[in-house]
Amino acid sequence: MINFQYARAADVADAVRQIAADPKAKFIAGGTNLIDLMKEEVERPSRLIDISRLPLDNVEETSGGGVRIGALVPNSDLAHHPLIAQRYPILASAILAGASAQLRNMASTGGNLLQRTRCYYFYDIATPCNKREPGTGCSAVNGVNRMHAILGTSESCIATHPSDMCVALAALEAKVLVAGPGGQRTIAFADFHRLPGDTPHRDTNLEANEIVTAIELPARGFAKNYTYLKIRDRLSYAFALVSVAAALELDGQAIKEARLALGGVAHKPWRDVNAEASLRGQAANRDSFARAAEALLHGAKGYAHNTFKIDLARRAIVRALAQASQGTPQSQSSKKIR
Amino acid sequence: MAPAKPHQSAAVAIPVPDKISVSLNVNGVDVQLDLAPWTTLLDALRDRLNLTGTKKGCDHGQCGACTVLVDGRRIVSCLTLAVMKDGSKVTTIEGLAKDGMLHPLQQAFIDHDAFQCGYCTPGQICSAAGLLAEGRAKTADEIRELMSGNICRCGAYPNIVAAIQQVMGHS
Repeated sequence: MINFQYARAADVADAVRQIAADPKAKFIAGGTNLIDLMKEEVERPSRLIDISRLPLDNVEETSGGGVRIGALVPNSDLAHHPLIAQRYPILASAILAGASAQLRNMASTGGNLLQRTRCYYFYDIATPCNKREPGTGCSAVNGVNRMHAILGTSESCIATHPSDMCVALAALEAKVLVAGPGGQRTIAFADFHRLPGDTPHRDTNLEANEIVTAIELPARGFAKNYTYLKIRDRLSYAFALVSVAAALELDGQAIKEARLALGGVAHKPWRDVNAEASLRGQAANRDSFARAAEALLHGAKGYAHNTFKIDLARRAIVRALAQASQGTPQSQSSKKIR
Repeated sequence: MAPAKPHQSAAVAIPVPDKISVSLNVNGVDVQLDLAPWTTLLDALRDRLNLTGTKKGCDHGQCGACTVLVDGRRIVSCLTLAVMKDGSKVTTIEGLAKDGMLHPLQQAFIDHDAFQCGYCTPGQICSAAGLLAEGRAKTADEIRELMSGNICRCGAYPNIVAAIQQVMGHS
């Protein structure tokens, strides 16, 4: 691995001071993605600022009826926390669909948001990549792109965001709390991750001198009618080809509220308010689900090896909405899709 | 002739920092090590403490061969910086047997022939110890899912699940 300096942050303000003082420094918490990228020399920080001992590891109810999750809560602890498992089971399910038990024990909530794409070319420093080295070109557009994006792509980058947890957070309309030199600010989840455009080196709208301190969930948890359906090349411990977070509020068979987000298909968790609006007031049936799938996949574009994802996503959306409406969420241990 | 362009790695050279003193309790023994910050827990265990039971497989967190318990939780030691675990209690495969008696998981792996080449086995057993401590797996499906971070290229999976079930049945 590369050589680097190491320092511990004493508190959040100290962490912000340290990162502002060294533009080539990086924060480290769980390290599950960063250390891997450093071994590949994709990331070459001059200094690691260890934030893992900061007191950002609480899960607590907010005055507004929601839940605030500290940025350093490990993924496994979050998935099994009673407030999450009972009130936001779609989030628990999405977390448990990702990575392995060991990695979930290590990875932090904030770090999950900030993990980088697993595009093969991003990882291979011998190949051009606009995300890794702006202006060098995209090797995936005309390369092996079976895992790549079908929505919101640009000529510069067709990478996907790899997180499962973030797909559920998008559907729940979470908020990201960050601290920087100017104090704290809140970023709506939909505004946190970016589309690649012509600046694919920027994954998020977090500034270089800011730190994620917490995630806030609104009161609405969709605990009764939800699912997280993940389709991948093997049954466990693989990134999504397509995943769907579907959450509904039903009045009998009529849909009062709907949330729908996709993973594995874009540079950020993919939502479209038009797709969700198309479900409101409709009967929960295959016809309304199929219309929502059409709306959510509007503008989808395949590349040489991933065109299959468009049909796969369409069917997965319909199946996920059926699972959610029937109150039969996808099990993340028994892999049978019903 | 123009002077040769310096090689990129020389241009971004970072001064080598002093080694950092790290205290760990490994398998019940207090140890103090002076480590470069980029030393992984895996390399510290194998190369500095000569605890070579923990295996380096992929070295990228994908195979689980380097699984150990840190403060009772299973993690992959290849993606863990040793300096970040200063003050922690580490249990490796060498620390599972007690008073000359194999750990029940070790005995169960023998009983069920739950390995062939054996390279993944220390990680499998440490991971299974973590799984038992978590107490969330009840069914074979749940064991398979929660052990999916440990790859066995010999394909001993059915016997690994049977070995874990044997220990779960006795605990």
